[in-house]
Amino acid sequence: MSEMQINAEAPQRESGFRAEMRRARRVMIAARWPVFAVIFLIVAALAATLGGLLAPFDPNRQNLMLRLADPMSVGPDGGVFVLGSDALGRDVFSRLLYGARVSLTVGFAAIAVGGSIGITAGLLSGYFGGWLDDAIMRLGDIQLAFPFILLAIMFLVVLGSGVWNLILVLGIGQWVTYARIVRADTLSLREKEFVEAARAMGDSTLSIIFRTILPNILAPLTVIASFNVASVILSEAALSFLGLGVPPDVPTWGSMLAESRDTLVANKWWLAIFPGLAIMLTVLSFNILGDWLRDFLDPRLRERT
Amino acid sequence: MGAYIVRRLLQSIIVVIGVTLVSFLALQAGGDPTYLFVSERASAEEIEATRIALGFDRPLHEQYLSFVADLTRGDFGQSLSYRQPAMEIVLEALPATIELTFFAMLLALLLAIPLGVLAAINRGTAWDGSITTVSMLGQSIPSFWMGIMMILFFGLYIRLFPISGHVPFLTPLIAGDFGIAFSNLPRTIYHLVLPGIAVGTYSLARNTRLVRSSLLEVLEQDYVRTARSKGIPELRVLVSHALRNAWLPVVTIIGLEFGFLLGGVVVVETVFSYPGIGRLLFAAINQRDIPLVQAGVILLASIFILLNLLVDLIYVRLDPRVKLAGGRG
Repeated sequence: MSEMQINAEAPQRESGFRAEMRRARRVMIAARWPVFAVIFLIVAALAATLGGLLAPFDPNRQNLMLRLADPMSVGPDGGVFVLGSDALGRDVFSRLLYGARVSLTVGFAAIAVGGSIGITAGLLSGYFGGWLDDAIMRLGDIQLAFPFILLAIMFLVVLGSGVWNLILVLGIGQWVTYARIVRADTLSLREKEFVEAARAMGDSTLSIIFRTILPNILAPLTVIASFNVASVILSEAALSFLGLGVPPDVPTWGSMLAESRDTLVANKWWLAIFPGLAIMLTVLSFNILGDWLRDFLDPRLRERT
Repeated sequence: MGAYIVRRLLQSIIVVIGVTLVSFLALQAGGDPTYLFVSERASAEEIEATRIALGFDRPLHEQYLSFVADLTRGDFGQSLSYRQPAMEIVLEALPATIELTFFAMLLALLLAIPLGVLAAINRGTAWDGSITTVSMLGQSIPSFWMGIMMILFFGLYIRLFPISGHVPFLTPLIAGDFGIAFSNLPRTIYHLVLPGIAVGTYSLARNTRLVRSSLLEVLEQDYVRTARSKGIPELRVLVSHALRNAWLPVVTIIGLEFGFLLGGVVVVETVFSYPGIGRLLFAAINQRDIPLVQAGVILLASIFILLNLLVDLIYVRLDPRVKLAGGRG
């Protein structure tokens, strides 16, 4: 990139950035819900990172004498089962905290995988056009014509459960959305003056694609990413529910719900309600955040998401 | 129009080939697939015999070709747990899944249109606010949790709807027993209510938002303003000017919607012990019954592709612009 251009833009961008942040805060507070969404997500992120410190019990510690204890009843060592215990006497609250780790890790990592594949594919497709563009976009069409969850089931049955398999399969399921949007934006930026300038300065093609074009198309992608994290977390929960997620000794919200089915008729409601609430609130928060980001960045994006 | 249909047909065929290729490769993804077909205690001779019997000793392209040749004959191999042709078992469960999927789809569409219209014409009011808030919630609830909550609520507190079971409608209909089919129908629907709501909630919420935003956009167009300024009653403007154009985007996503519904169906059937392909898949996954999983996945995927094709062809009839642009809206 040219020195000149950076110097000319830098001071303006600085104050522009501050003004944008002020506007972001104002829009967020005016809309009210996004504030709750952010607060909830911070709590969930804390649970995911500090779950081991916050959890009152070992999430896998069984206690057959204290199975299916009601919420707020006394557990072993004078501790309290805040949200009750499950069919093996494990503390529901501790398991819930550990479950946040899997859901959020898988959610973000799958987006990172799908996003990097999709962004690269979209940039190449939009910048070079021609047969490469055709090939990438047709491949995307074919993938979208596939019911994705079935594909995921197929692969996970063979590969076996595991966080990495889950991330890979769910990530690959997401790339097309990114590729399509990045391609369209790249097409429109390709002939713009500042790209022309970079080309005239003798920048390499790679540098033009990744350092000149990419930074200018990132903003709308955050909207897609936010909605995507929500849908990946839903898929992860569904796959864990089917027994295709992570190994059985790792507590996840989806597998907790699967286990709750056996005690449903006995009205052990706390086993079914709390993990579901956790999934719903997390997904809802990402959806609200996505909506807010979209309205904040560009209301016209509504049509594309 | 002819050229578009031919291109669309070709594309569908390529996708079906893609499905077979992927489900074939999925088997190889974990290393030697022979181990998926033998018990854990199998001896080396048994493993070798199975490998040869199933053809896993041959080169990959040969294996794929014979896999596809078997598929075209409807042969998906023997189910490991049932010791019966996998396709037979899956086809037996298919009518129940079709009933559930269509019921959920119908629910999602029939409710989404009035709700979306109501929200759009009352933009910014309490109506709009509550409808959009509830649909945001609906889009965030996992379908299987919705099912579990309904079992808790309806099954244990208000005993209004059955929480499990299924009364066949399509099976007797296909067999030609119209009397039995239609006398079953009320009970079929009665049993479909809870699983149908669980499967359909996500789509209902999505469609409601889509109808709303699509209608809002159309209502701002010049021709709507013209119609209004000519003094045409608001209801007529809405029905014959706005809605006619607003529902095109809705038709577009109906095809893709089946994909979401199928995903929901697989898990929700398990929750309600509903005897469809979803519950079958769940059992097959847990028993690692690979041929049964393959048969179920390929069948559902093919149906999904076929439905998408149909929706696209209907769409061309509705919107003549498509054949000019040569793509989907």
